[in-house]
Amino acid sequence: MNGNGKKVVLRFPQEVADRPIVCELALRFGLQFNILRASISPHREGIMVMEVIGSREKQEEGLAFLKSRGVLVEPLSQDIRMVEERCYHCGACVGLCPTGALSMEHPSFLVRYDPAKCIACELCVLACPTHAMEALI
Amino acid sequence: MGKVLRTYEEINEKIEKGQVVVVTAEEVIDLVREKGVERVAKEVDVVTTGTFGIMCSSGAFLNIGHTKPRMKIHEAYLNGVMAYAGLAAVDLYIGATQPAKDDPLNKVHPGEFRYGGGHVIEDLVAGRDVLLEAYAYGTDCYPRKKLVTWINLRDLNEAYLFNPRNAYQNYNVAVNLSDKTIYTYLGVLLPRMGNAGYSSAGQLSPLLNDPFYRVIGIGTRIFLGGGIGYVAWQGTQHNPSVERTERGIPKGGAGTLAVIGDLKGMSPRWLRGVSIRGYGCSLALGLGVPIPILDEETLYYCSVSDEEILAPVVDYSHAYPYGTGEVLGYVTYADLRSGTIKIGGKEIPVSPMSSYSKAREVALTLKRWIQEGRFTLTKPVAQLPGVESGVRFKNLVERPVETNVFVGR
Repeated sequence: MNGNGKKVVLRFPQEVADRPIVCELALRFGLQFNILRASISPHREGIMVMEVIGSREKQEEGLAFLKSRGVLVEPLSQDIRMVEERCYHCGACVGLCPTGALSMEHPSFLVRYDPAKCIACELCVLACPTHAMEALI
Repeated sequence: MGKVLRTYEEINEKIEKGQVVVVTAEEVIDLVREKGVERVAKEVDVVTTGTFGIMCSSGAFLNIGHTKPRMKIHEAYLNGVMAYAGLAAVDLYIGATQPAKDDPLNKVHPGEFRYGGGHVIEDLVAGRDVLLEAYAYGTDCYPRKKLVTWINLRDLNEAYLFNPRNAYQNYNVAVNLSDKTIYTYLGVLLPRMGNAGYSSAGQLSPLLNDPFYRVIGIGTRIFLGGGIGYVAWQGTQHNPSVERTERGIPKGGAGTLAVIGDLKGMSPRWLRGVSIRGYGCSLALGLGVPIPILDEETLYYCSVSDEEILAPVVDYSHAYPYGTGEVLGYVTYADLRSGTIKIGGKEIPVSPMSSYSKAREVALTLKRWIQEGRFTLTKPVAQLPGVESGVRFKNLVERPVETNVFVGR
């Protein structure tokens, strides 16, 4: 986890899914990136979850560049969400969460979700007995 | 029993007068640490317990009322989930773990089990319409053969939970020693002890506060799913003869309760259908039992704390499924509640399956009901089998079947 990292979800439409675009973040803008997830859907659209590390200015430039190449860029925090009314605070997700984005608050024993720490591994989505954790990716 | 401090009648009299002193099984711990058993036993009339978790072996009896012409239902589905109809004409039993008939189950592992009997019961309790589809072979007195209709809890003659096994007195802590992720009723377990799953309210749990079943018995009135219920019997697999700590606390799954309660008084806040990945569907339920402080000993047992309750750590990739009985070690509920446990020098993050915050809320709600005079205590009409009963949980001993016996379906 890096203090000046920004987590984003990148969607690559079919036309650009096979182009080397992401590497330009490093080559042109000197940004570091950490790919958290990557996959190509049956419709041959690409999806990549990554943390982009660098100065805020460079991040903005880099992400603007991706957009100019037809990549859809969204902040990650909107993609894994907790549906509060479905959660009964068992904590089945807590021991699985690799980054502490889901934690058990003491002494209330309520489950708290911090989207800023989430890397969208979706283990919580698997584990939640009431489908309170939703992945929109 | 030691010196009797108060009777059920005296407690109920105090409830009616609004003079009863009630604390939860969590609150009583600090009280006893501060003042001692003797003094607190004099002051406190009732200790309330609570638990909220996934309770398999749950289900509901429903009487849907007679159709015209009459029908003796042979096969029934509620929102696509099979209900047992082999009772009479229009009595059904919907079991919590029954998946929907078109559920792909574990064909693509781990299955999602998005909707099942527990969800049907939640839908009924929430007041939502439920689709009933029923078939019969037809008889002279029950000629109708097919029925498709909406039903709603408010229109049913009777609808009550009857759960053969709830409120397990202590339970396993599950880990996974294998090299691949496994999907169990104690949660998703990561390989090589990547995490641990458990499910008990520990110090708040009903039977851990009455370890020898001295006061909780058949006929005890309880909080069930947000309404009123009763202990109907010892639960299935009730096993009082397990190893216990010096304090009498079982060191693993032991006593259980069979409970009954009117669905019409319950609320989806305390009763929820659940989907356990790769395992199946079930019902999460809030259950609370009041413990009358009849003597000092009763209070002593209620003052048990998480530090004093041990749970066995079991490998769910091998020891549990193959019934080897191997225990990797014991941890306390205080350890579990801290979020990490240590097994063989390894720190393991913990994933509870039961909700401690909701368990606390059950105990607090029951406390409030008693203080407000809305809930009085009942004296059991019979005891649950205790340690002295010799009742012991048995595994099935399979017997070979002769080749001339017809087998199959």
